[in-house]
Amino acid sequence: MSARGFGETNEQDENRQNKGKSMAICEFLPRAFCRFPALSDSYIRQARQVIDDGFRGLVREYGYIIDALKAPLQWFLNYLERLFTTSPWTVVLIVMLLVVYFGSRSIRITVGTAIGMLLIGLVGLWEDTMTTLAIVTVSTLIAIVIGLPIGILMARSERVQGVINPILDVMQTMPSFVYLIPVVVIFGIGKVPGLIAVVIYAVPPMIRLTNLGIRLVDKEVLEAADAFGSSRGQKLWNVQMPLALPTIMAGINQTIMMSLAMVVVASMVGVGGLGRNTLQAINNQFFTYGFLNGFALVAIAIIFDRTSQAFGMRLQRHSEVVHG
Amino acid sequence: MASHGIEIKGLYKIFGPNSRQHVEAVRNGLSKAELNERHGHVLGLKDINISMPAGGITVVMGLSGSGKSTLIRHINRLIEPTYGEVIYDGVNVCGMNERALREFRRHKTAMVFQKFALLPHRTVIENAVYGLDIQGISRSESLKKGQYWIERVGLSGFENHYPNQLSGGMQQRVGLARALTNDADILLMDEAYSALDPLIRVDMQTVLLDLQAELKKTVVFITHDLDEALRLGDKITILRDGQVVQQGSGQDIVLSPADDYITAFVKEVNRGRVIQAKTVMKPFDGLPDGARIGATTTLEAAAKVMTEGGQTKATVIDEAGTPIGTLDLQTMMAAMVTPAGSEASKMAAE
Repeated sequence: MSARGFGETNEQDENRQNKGKSMAICEFLPRAFCRFPALSDSYIRQARQVIDDGFRGLVREYGYIIDALKAPLQWFLNYLERLFTTSPWTVVLIVMLLVVYFGSRSIRITVGTAIGMLLIGLVGLWEDTMTTLAIVTVSTLIAIVIGLPIGILMARSERVQGVINPILDVMQTMPSFVYLIPVVVIFGIGKVPGLIAVVIYAVPPMIRLTNLGIRLVDKEVLEAADAFGSSRGQKLWNVQMPLALPTIMAGINQTIMMSLAMVVVASMVGVGGLGRNTLQAINNQFFTYGFLNGFALVAIAIIFDRTSQAFGMRLQRHSEVVHG
Repeated sequence: MASHGIEIKGLYKIFGPNSRQHVEAVRNGLSKAELNERHGHVLGLKDINISMPAGGITVVMGLSGSGKSTLIRHINRLIEPTYGEVIYDGVNVCGMNERALREFRRHKTAMVFQKFALLPHRTVIENAVYGLDIQGISRSESLKKGQYWIERVGLSGFENHYPNQLSGGMQQRVGLARALTNDADILLMDEAYSALDPLIRVDMQTVLLDLQAELKKTVVFITHDLDEALRLGDKITILRDGQVVQQGSGQDIVLSPADDYITAFVKEVNRGRVIQAKTVMKPFDGLPDGARIGATTTLEAAAKVMTEGGQTKATVIDEAGTPIGTLDLQTMMAAMVTPAGSEASKMAAE
């Protein structure tokens, strides 16, 4: 301990010394060329305060709208969470296995799911896993409901694509911790703000892949649809959506995976379940506990992934048998 | 349903952002190369005037880049013309609003595509009823019609297969069934058989001719294959660089090609299958001799009848059975081997 303490002090000293020093070349240059001429601290502080106050004022002013927005989400999330956690584990497991089986039509994936879920229960994480499943389910559904129409709009109009693409770029490159901040400022701390953060993080692949899937639809098939007098709606539902479905399914798969990743980060604003356990493990250096929760997340990630992929493959059955 | 012909009048298509501005220049003789070089616009079609007869097959023939696929897409306006008219049943298709155009496409036209363009997620029967789905006809009714046409194109037993499970020839039968189920007067076939191998192509030509004999639709058939054009076409239009080079019956084109370009094409054609008995017969000499042959019989068919009968002369009769001319082997062979010469063109001109 003491040795490390020494090391740290030395390093800090060195840093402090370096900060004061500048390269020899600076003696011949104007000051602004060497040290970045930042705005003055007081100016920045003032600007920050104005923005923050404005933001808070806005939130206070329109609090009722925000609450009205939150309410249905809160209700839906609570309902599902209660359903998952209060139902007997046997019922939940059987329903889950049925969903997995009829989605994937694969005995292997179903058996794998059973083993994974039983192990999770065995180490005492059943209830937390149910909480996490509930929030991932809700966030995925919301991401689909939001992402699908936006993706369709993007595919139809170059202008919409031009506007949305940079927004998605920002959403995807912004570190996930950063947009927890506005979410917390606007919606406060709790499950629903966490859910919103998860949706924001998870929706871009849904939008992008819906857009991509529709744009990749064979131009000749579209021309045929036109030649038979299809309206825009008929083209969308008869041709574009069915042919884009495999790509859209890949988008849903990605959305689920990103929700699972974000659930852990969202535990910082009050989302329960496996994420919160992981956060506790980090804070308290509970090595084994942290990894058990991590593995539980991995297990449900694999279950979701394999099931949704197998389902996606089944949707493409018509393209599998190719005449030689 | 009575068929109507299609009249294409003064049709121009120029690809590019300011296409309308250049129509006048092109009309006054600006060439395709000049237009591309000076203005960066591509000339697709130039002053096309074609009258497509009702209830007949009009073949538009040309090599790639000649504008034939562009032309057929003007009939159902998948491509907007730069200038000109396409008249069907007294209405200018190019002037229709969106709604009228959609109705026109739903009820008056059906199209068959070179690369089939079937819906891969629908089964054969579901593909066949696609046009009726679009029209909003209930499945109970449309499936009956679809089933009928699937049987007519020889696909019974494959109703529930997906297109990917079928060979190219069978896929195009689905494409044909889809078009026929639509029960439209105009049948547009855009190089419908070009992707098929030769034997299947001939097979499909026969299917089309058999159906056409019964249905009498107004068919527009695009091809780059002169043999196909001659076999199918009641009327043939040859396009080159977006312009019509020659129009007429198969015989007209084989016997009097308009220029060297067409002459080069025609050289390889089996003339015996194109030239008809009445075109080369000698005036009736009063002696009904040998086999009796219809006036529109091709020389090849006539030769077959004569050989089987062991005769060297034949009498050509008209539809009423009245003798109108005579034919001997010498004349027939001369007509079948002589390249388009002065004598043949004179006869065609008569």
